[in-house]
Amino acid sequence: MNPFSSGTRLRDMIRAIRACKTAAEERAVVRKECAAIRAAINENDQDYRHRNLAKLMFIHMLGYPTHFGQMECLKLIASPGFPEKRIGYLGLMLLLDERQEVLMLVTNSLKQDLNHTNQYIVGLALCALGNICSAEMARDLAPEVERLLQFRDPNIRKKAALCSIRIIKKVPDLAENFINPATALLREKHHGVLITGVQLCTDLCKISTEALEHIRKKCTDGLVRTLKDLANSPYSPEYDIAGITDPFLHIRLLKLLRVLGEGDADASDTMNDILAQVATKTESNKVAGNAILYECVQTIMSIEDNGGLRVLAINILGRFLSNRDNNIRYVALNMLMKAVSADAQAVQRHRATILECVKDSDASIRKRALELVYVLVNETNVKPLAKELIDYLEVSDLDFRGDLTAKICSIVAKFSPEKIWYIDQMLKVLTEAGNFVKDEVWYALIVVISNASELHGYTVRALYRAFQVSAEQESLVRVTVWCIGEYGDMLVNNVGMLDIEDPITVTESDAVDVVEIAIKRHASDLTTKAMALVALLKLSSRFPSCSERIREIIVQFKGSFVLELQQRAIEFNSIIAKHQNIRSTLVERMPVLDEATFIGRRAGSLPGAASTPTIPSVSLPNGVAKPVAPLVDLLDLNSDDAPAPSSSGGGDLLQDLLGVDLPPASQQSGAGQASKTGNDVLLDLLSIGSPSAPSSSSAVDILSSNSSNKVPVSPLDDLSSLSLSTGTTSNAAPMMDLLDGLAPSPPTENNGPVYPSITAFESSSLRLTFNFSKQPGNPQTTVIEATFINLSSNTYTDFVFQAAVPKFLQLHLDPASSNTLPTAGNGSITQNLKITNSQHGKKSLVMRIRIAYKINGKDTLEEGQVNNFPRDL
Amino acid sequence: MINFVLLISRQGKVRLTKWYSPYSQKERNKVIRELSGVVLTRAPKLCNFVEWRGHKVVYKRYASLYFCMCIDEDDNELEVLEIIHHFVEILDRYFGSVCELDLIFNFHKAYYILDELLIAGELQESSKKTVARLIAAQDSLVETAKEEASSLSNIIAQATK
Repeated sequence: MNPFSSGTRLRDMIRAIRACKTAAEERAVVRKECAAIRAAINENDQDYRHRNLAKLMFIHMLGYPTHFGQMECLKLIASPGFPEKRIGYLGLMLLLDERQEVLMLVTNSLKQDLNHTNQYIVGLALCALGNICSAEMARDLAPEVERLLQFRDPNIRKKAALCSIRIIKKVPDLAENFINPATALLREKHHGVLITGVQLCTDLCKISTEALEHIRKKCTDGLVRTLKDLANSPYSPEYDIAGITDPFLHIRLLKLLRVLGEGDADASDTMNDILAQVATKTESNKVAGNAILYECVQTIMSIEDNGGLRVLAINILGRFLSNRDNNIRYVALNMLMKAVSADAQAVQRHRATILECVKDSDASIRKRALELVYVLVNETNVKPLAKELIDYLEVSDLDFRGDLTAKICSIVAKFSPEKIWYIDQMLKVLTEAGNFVKDEVWYALIVVISNASELHGYTVRALYRAFQVSAEQESLVRVTVWCIGEYGDMLVNNVGMLDIEDPITVTESDAVDVVEIAIKRHASDLTTKAMALVALLKLSSRFPSCSERIREIIVQFKGSFVLELQQRAIEFNSIIAKHQNIRSTLVERMPVLDEATFIGRRAGSLPGAASTPTIPSVSLPNGVAKPVAPLVDLLDLNSDDAPAPSSSGGGDLLQDLLGVDLPPASQQSGAGQASKTGNDVLLDLLSIGSPSAPSSSSAVDILSSNSSNKVPVSPLDDLSSLSLSTGTTSNAAPMMDLLDGLAPSPPTENNGPVYPSITAFESSSLRLTFNFSKQPGNPQTTVIEATFINLSSNTYTDFVFQAAVPKFLQLHLDPASSNTLPTAGNGSITQNLKITNSQHGKKSLVMRIRIAYKINGKDTLEEGQVNNFPRDL
Repeated sequence: MINFVLLISRQGKVRLTKWYSPYSQKERNKVIRELSGVVLTRAPKLCNFVEWRGHKVVYKRYASLYFCMCIDEDDNELEVLEIIHHFVEILDRYFGSVCELDLIFNFHKAYYILDELLIAGELQESSKKTVARLIAAQDSLVETAKEEASSLSNIIAQATK
């Protein structure tokens, strides 16, 4: 016998491990034990196998690797005795999961044990199967489990019922086999069987509409009766919890009734009485009772409308909300969220209480409440609600502030009644939590500011004031710097004073101070500093008296280690020094940014944002630019750009700005400069529509360079969103068309690169071709038109096409044009598929297909894999 | 459905884990680390629910042990609290006022009891008495098997003497 394995008992090992003072000691003990167990495994030691496995389970629980013990589980399961099997199954469930290949080896033992004469062994096998079975095992063993649903002992029936749940979740096709045995369980008296049977039916209904219809028709009355009997049952000690007989069964019955009542007026009608009874009679001073009420309210809210019941339910929630117990308040908020869609008015009544919950000390409650407030906001109550939330922002926890800020910004943007209010609220948010504000949010703010010409002076003064107190909030600094750059003269001259404002005196050098602080602040990041440089350039023209000082600040950055800043500094310096005559035109005020375009672009660029996060940041100043002052726009464009590509990109832009012709830029993008900048340059050129607009050849150039880069569609989409048309461009038409957006809707070839259609599948009897198209603005999504052509002389009936794709793809199948495919030459079936590629640009599409149809009533099945998709889909 | 059950001691040691949804070993360790960080640091009076990665974790502390169950978004949190309590009461009856040490040295027993209570992440039995009876019956099966084995080895020992 192995000298090690016999050594320690399980108990002694646990003691030894617990006695360890340090992690290293523990590791040493575990290592020794593992070595001994391995040795025992190698010697095929039988006597201590179960003890070794028990030890391994403990070691596993501590987080050490135990894969070498997996086979031991199988051996124990295969041995005849109950004790060995019991520990073997436990080890199996603990050490393995459904994805391990080893698991397949146990299928046979499971099958035998499911047919064992000892019901406890059957129970063990069912338990293991229910906890870890894979789809293959589910398929293999489903008949056994189905049979066990009618086993004489109720304890086996209940286990089989739960096991069936796992099986139908793994293999939904098997659901229909379980419908009849499952409904039989609903007539049982044994609570365990009833609970599991109800649960099985609930899951069946979710998986199969056939089951739902069947159970709704056959069982609703019975279930209502069961619930009624249960609710009225006398005290029974075995199932009693806090004065209620079997709350677990109550809850499951209510849940199943909810599934049955949803969308069916008759079924809902049947259960009205009992729901009213449960809602009014259940004691609500203990958790169990509240759990039932909670479930009951959910059911009332989900089933078909019954005004009276809804009122009852909302009242229960109101009572929950004022409860002192945090758990109850949490579920009330959770439930109100669902009730909003049914009865927003009733939920609004509790607004004040909900708002209090946003300030709760409990993070879970705060989060729920905030989400609820968010859906409760509308035009009429936005002002007080936003005020409350913003006031609370000041004192909120740091880890909650991000969520809160995002929600406030979204509320304010969505419902703001007037611009000045929007700007005021946003400034408050920026002052309190500017570091949590997302980039899109402050872009949007700038767009709004730019559009509110009568508020320019007011805004820049307010920002100036805010900056004095909260200079550490990054996004506040950016907005301030931008506004001072644009409207610095209004700040100094108190232009456009509103009645509500206090007058302030700001000198030109005060304004420059702000920008200087921003640019020199250690914590400012590249974007802020780059924006500050642009602002300085602009101020140098607006404030001639400070011009020299500004030049000095700019010169300091000529030595910056950050290429982007260095380059800007050098360029701006030379503008100030050498190009006095064009400087003032160069740094004119930004044209009004177009809100509609911005919003449209933002919506359009969202899907792409995941793969190229900087897109939104460049898209704002760039895409929304009106052609009035293209040069300024170009200057600004770069401010948000990533440093790497801009070293050359910036140069090009500047060249453009100084009147250099276009071709260099487009050539350059073709020459493999970082594609993002390339696109933007091109885009900009187009949107500016400068006199030397690209000829047809350079338009082609754009297209071809696009198809080789990673986001082929977005620039084209940008074009269409600006309702430009390359068609017009290539005609060398005057730029006016571009400027005014008069061009007709883009021609079809503008919708994206054209992909050749492919023959996805061909057999002797059938051909399947795919035509591809992309939706503008969504490069990840491909729309495939599948055409099926019958190559034989028989008509195919019951034609069904199925397709499967790997995880990184999402597939949506539209209904086919027909399910009958006429003989060769007499027509075809078409069906649209929509595929979203989450790894767009990295992985190509791939699809497995299955086509089933009947020839003269005989089933035929064809399968295949499609690998010949064009790349870049 | 219940996606997993976790028992963590106040020091963050794992006392029992049961996974009803597939998680790889690496994910399991990560989940345990993350959750013990969240759950153990919550103040006592707060609610027993934590939202976590699109799921909800219902936890309850009994003496030095935290019982955690991770459920789906639309499950009934209050009921799961009651299930946890149900489990604890059964453990209590089985061990006779259960303590953490019982669960350490007899961890396999705790698993057996859990297996009589939950399968596939769903509740199996609402009667504590039934669970106790089933466990007792299986324990006695093991006892008889052991006795048989020892008497058998005695006979062999006698015969070979």
